[in-house]
Amino acid sequence: MENFSPVSAAIGGTLIGLAAAVLWLGNGRIAGISGIFGQLLPPARTVAWRLAFLVALVLGALLASWLVPGLGVGGSGGAPAQLAVSPAGSSVPPVLWLAIAGLLTGFGTRLGNGCTSGHGVCGLARLSRRSFVAVGIFFVVAIATVTVTGIV
Amino acid sequence: MKLPALATAALSGLLFGAGLYVSQMVDPYKVLRFLDVTAIPSGGWDPSLAFVIVPAIVVMFIAVRIGRRRSLPLFDAAFHAPEYTRIDAPLVLGSALFGVGWGMSGICPGPAIALIAFLPDNLWIFLVAMFVGSYAGAYVIPSGHDKRLAMAK
Repeated sequence: MENFSPVSAAIGGTLIGLAAAVLWLGNGRIAGISGIFGQLLPPARTVAWRLAFLVALVLGALLASWLVPGLGVGGSGGAPAQLAVSPAGSSVPPVLWLAIAGLLTGFGTRLGNGCTSGHGVCGLARLSRRSFVAVGIFFVVAIATVTVTGIV
Repeated sequence: MKLPALATAALSGLLFGAGLYVSQMVDPYKVLRFLDVTAIPSGGWDPSLAFVIVPAIVVMFIAVRIGRRRSLPLFDAAFHAPEYTRIDAPLVLGSALFGVGWGMSGICPGPAIALIAFLPDNLWIFLVAMFVGSYAGAYVIPSGHDKRLAMAK
């Protein structure tokens, strides 16, 4: 387990929990990323706070990489950020692989009303029955996908 | 929308983005090494993701409890809790399709957007596809809040 990083993981997880807590107690909104970016186009009525959140999300990652450089991936001193490449031996080009993964992620989170943040962090914390089902399904299917494709 | 609410959304986004970087969840291979449970016997498994999501859930769990003792959030007229309660087909199918996408890429929507800070090659392909997929999904599930609510409540 040479890559295991429990301390930075727990600090980062606490920050994510605080982010969700601030949005809930401040604005009464669920910090679910797929839900926030999925309602930016008309007929959405609440675009301003969603844009503010998403721009700040990018800035937060950038600022943290300046404050704590060299922590894993990204920023100066860190390893360059890279997306996953289609499995060795696969005939699918990496760009097509990513496009399919992106389509499934967008389509699936829309249908299922949430992703790792909305269902995984906020939904489980709210003890939502739907979120327990969603989280169980997407973790099991993701584990099966990694196992079958042998991507890592 | 009033300034305090916008500032709150921005503060939440900042904390979220910082948390994704610090926890290294912006590294697709770190996530994939968690999902690769076949590596457990050889000792190559990376359990870090569990150490990210559990503290996040605990902090939010406390916030939800605090929220129950208040009638309103600080800067809005209501808590916008999801109204759906039924385990319906879109929930199950959608979560399964998302699971395939997540297992193929190692990034879910939060890290995908936070990665704009570091611009890995081909990120825009993933982001545009995710956006198109999301809006395509809006045409598949019953459109309109009332119809969707009738289905899942």
